[in-house]
Amino acid sequence: MPVSDFQVVLGLEVHAQLLTRSKIFCGCSTEFGGEPNTHTCPVCLGMPGVLPALNERVVELAVRTGLALGCAIQPKSVFARKNYFYPDLPKGYQISQYELPICVGGGVDITVEGVEKRIRLTRIHMEEDAGKNLHDVSADGASGVDLNRAGVPLLEIVSEPDLRSVDEAIEYLKSLRAVLVTLGVNDGNLQEGSFRCDANVSVMRRGEDRYGTRCEIKNMNSFRFLRQAIDYEVRRQVELVESGGKVEQETRLFDPDRGETRSMRSKEEAHDYRYFPEPDLPPVVVPQALVERVRGELPELPRARAARYRSELGLSAYDAGLLVAEKGTADFFDAALAAYGAGPEAAKKVANWMNGEVARLANELGVEPARSRLDPASLAAVLKLQDAQTLGGPGAKQVVEELFRSGGEPAEIVRARGLAQVSDTSAIEAAVDRVLAASPAEVERYRGGNRKLLGFFVGQVMKETKGKANPAVVNALLARKLGG
Amino acid sequence: MALSLEEVRRIAALARLRLSPEEEETFAVQLSAILGHVEQLRELDVSGVEPMTHALAEGAVPLRPDVLQESLAPRDALANAPAREGTCFKVPRIIE
Amino acid sequence: MSPAPDDLTALSLREAGSGIAARAVSSRELVEAALARIAARDGKVGAFLAVTAGRARAAAAEADARAARGERRSELDGVPIALKDLFATKGVATTAGSRILEGFLPPYDATVVERLQAAGAVLVGKLNMDEFAMGSSNENSGYRPCANPWDLSRTPGGSSGGSAAAVAARFVHGALGTDTGGSIRLPASFCGVVGVKPTYGRVSRYGVVAFASSLDQVGPLARTVEDAALLLEKIAGHDPRDLTSSPRPVDDYLGRLEEGARGLRIGVPREWFQGGLDAGVEQSVRGALATYERLGAKLVEISLPHSKYGIAAYYLIAPAEASSNLARYDGVRFGLRAEARGLKEMYAETRERGLGAEPKRRIMLGTYALSSGYYDAYYLRAQKVRTLVRRDFDAAFAACDVVAGPVAPSVAFRLGEKTADPLQMYLADVFTITCNLAALPGLSVPCGLERESGMPVGLQLVGRPFDEATLLRAARALEREVGPLPAPALG
Ligand SMILES: [Mg+2]
Ligand SMILES: [Zn+2]
Repeated sequence: MPVSDFQVVLGLEVHAQLLTRSKIFCGCSTEFGGEPNTHTCPVCLGMPGVLPALNERVVELAVRTGLALGCAIQPKSVFARKNYFYPDLPKGYQISQYELPICVGGGVDITVEGVEKRIRLTRIHMEEDAGKNLHDVSADGASGVDLNRAGVPLLEIVSEPDLRSVDEAIEYLKSLRAVLVTLGVNDGNLQEGSFRCDANVSVMRRGEDRYGTRCEIKNMNSFRFLRQAIDYEVRRQVELVESGGKVEQETRLFDPDRGETRSMRSKEEAHDYRYFPEPDLPPVVVPQALVERVRGELPELPRARAARYRSELGLSAYDAGLLVAEKGTADFFDAALAAYGAGPEAAKKVANWMNGEVARLANELGVEPARSRLDPASLAAVLKLQDAQTLGGPGAKQVVEELFRSGGEPAEIVRARGLAQVSDTSAIEAAVDRVLAASPAEVERYRGGNRKLLGFFVGQVMKETKGKANPAVVNALLARKLGG
Repeated sequence: MALSLEEVRRIAALARLRLSPEEEETFAVQLSAILGHVEQLRELDVSGVEPMTHALAEGAVPLRPDVLQESLAPRDALANAPAREGTCFKVPRIIE
Repeated sequence: MSPAPDDLTALSLREAGSGIAARAVSSRELVEAALARIAARDGKVGAFLAVTAGRARAAAAEADARAARGERRSELDGVPIALKDLFATKGVATTAGSRILEGFLPPYDATVVERLQAAGAVLVGKLNMDEFAMGSSNENSGYRPCANPWDLSRTPGGSSGGSAAAVAARFVHGALGTDTGGSIRLPASFCGVVGVKPTYGRVSRYGVVAFASSLDQVGPLARTVEDAALLLEKIAGHDPRDLTSSPRPVDDYLGRLEEGARGLRIGVPREWFQGGLDAGVEQSVRGALATYERLGAKLVEISLPHSKYGIAAYYLIAPAEASSNLARYDGVRFGLRAEARGLKEMYAETRERGLGAEPKRRIMLGTYALSSGYYDAYYLRAQKVRTLVRRDFDAAFAACDVVAGPVAPSVAFRLGEKTADPLQMYLADVFTITCNLAALPGLSVPCGLERESGMPVGLQLVGRPFDEATLLRAARALEREVGPLPAPALG
């Protein structure tokens, strides 16, 4: 029986680092990197007698996230200790939330192949990050421990097992990420690990309704790896079931080099976490006043923005979706549109540029539009030059690329690089004559009725004029000279 | 409530304690005695009783504002380390 | 000519402070006298784990300079005190009485240490204790035994045994200890000094090596009630680094100290006088109660029906929290490390070598109580019983202002008497433990010497939440009649 006879069931646990200045329980910096153990103090080193002092900003950002995702904010939530031994865990326990998390319920809306779906959330809770174990730090193969990251505030966002494919999983992560970034609670950086994801994967035969045994997959720090890991894990489980075996509930680590998941023995023994309420921290009280204040400060969320682009600007769902995926990109779009004009016409044009040429450059150079040298005003300026017939399509592309790479003043670039569109008939006529003289055969066939060849002649003339000729003028001249 | 040697070993492993065979024996006996004493709690009807998990009755206590405080210099952070490598705490090889 | 050293060490904390204020004595003289007496007598007692002579002399010089400039920081400025070795002291070895922390030099001070230093008190050393404050006789010290200054063949009580012994032996004028199940009150009673366990949350726990976080509380041990009040006033109050410390303002403890016992309603719990209470101890305690009546207080019989479950609840909650609190002693960042090839071997070997039998026993007990399948039956149930214990007191305080009774079933027992049977040792805390479970303030004040043994007996007073002022006032009223006990012969 092939994989296709099985239904994949996925639940995701996202760990999102909160954008605070200081750690969750001490005043050390949350800055990424830095020499090992340079962002540490007695508290995050877990020295004897020290106590956790909860960062009020962490609670506020948790409430902010909960409200944006439609969760029920708990007026009273409780921190708990998760006990296990590991060198990157200084106290021998992680301060997390267990029975009483700060947010319950809620969900994330996704659209896959045009189909809308709501992925329910189980809970969102606050917890501290662990440090980092560095392997082979010395010749004798010993490991090293860096506690800069220990105590960095995290939100753990747990979904219900509502996801039914890797595509849904990735769509879910993209939407969630876009929300968190829009809220300003997380920077969405997968590489640096400030937006991490673990997946609970199980399979069941199609038609069945009882979930299979799930495995938790860790260490997938890119959407590509997530796809590889889940695909591999699904195949593994299906083969296991097919060969009459049983899936063991366990934690498995994704190995990017091998593209495989493997059992994480080290964690296995420590599975009795002995959770109990953290006696060093009183219950977290969230006054209604705080909830209301935070609610009032919520920004427009990506899906709402996309809806507005469709209703007010008449953009397609596709265009709107692409624009709101990155907050910076959507903001750029708004600014460029404001500088360029108003109405569906203008919007469509700016959107095409954003999702076309600008997106291409962003991909190629790995720089988000908002962080490039191109600014919304100059993009608008380029579009205006195009409207004024000063720039042709090809020329406009060249100007935008130069602006994106090294910035500058559009009109100036057009002048310096001689990209101005040529509308002067005599100059174009010369080019037209050269083209027609150079291809008598085609001229014959055209006159013989093969009108399709017009495109060929236009292309040739454009080549002759290095794309600067005004297409309208070219068409007119060709029509006249070819007759009929 | 008597504690078996197997349980004593399981708990010791969970707590990262190494016990000598003698210790295992004595602990099995002593812990069983203590757990025996503890059994009397079962006499009580605690249904509907809230657990007193936090001793300070007060409601909202002021939390810490999100401001940076000076971290330790690596020298001080690692001063008590039994073993170090560069500015890392050094531990035996970790196998995941 | 300056006064003889032993006249100086005999001074109360208040007297020593006033002496400096009046320039009748210098901090240097007080410190030298203390150091001399410690050098001469502590060999037999074993109250100190470390004496910080150098730092003490430097601090004394500064205190004297301040006095000369008329810039004393407080009544404590220049007065020699000492700390249970559970308090983190920056740059001064802090062991918690355990080998696993041998040589640990904290890069930070406990909040109470900062506050005492801000008041100018001079630290002369770190005091002996049961390892990680786990014990009732100081016999669980990872370093050296500590004897009772009244009878060197007896225990000083625990876990703050060194603190009580050092104060009783006139080594220092005051000390700090911690009380999780009776660890201040029991040794105070056994050594004939005043010991106060404040309301949970009254004093910051920051920098105090944790035993059981929801029960631990810091408090003073001193020779007089006034001295204890003085010390408490200095260390009490909210600390932003300890979110379990209360923001409510600190009462004026000294101001109401002499208000006497007239009109005070003193609750006497029936359960505390039933069985297991030595006759001699009961006699002294009843004597104290009679004194109160004579002073115009009203005795009210009350009932604390859940008292008898205290030990059971405590020995689930405290070990559970301890098993988690002691997980950080893993040989990675500080303290002892036993070299081993594998990581798990390193953990096990380090903890095997560094931890004594009692911490291991409690870690085992606590780990078991929290492990999956047992949590509800043990830890959770114990926390509910804790609520019932608290309700007992809340009900009682409707009828009385303070609860009075014995601190311990007996006077100081003999060294080695209970070491074989942990449960017997645990039962020494039977009267003190409910006060911790209920998070209430309690103290021990001397109420005389027991007939046969001639050993001190303490009266325990337990008060309403954050009502230390009434407790101290009541204790002072008794002290005025009984008087502080004389200095033990130390022989
Ligand atoms: Mg987590
Ligand atoms: Zn820190």
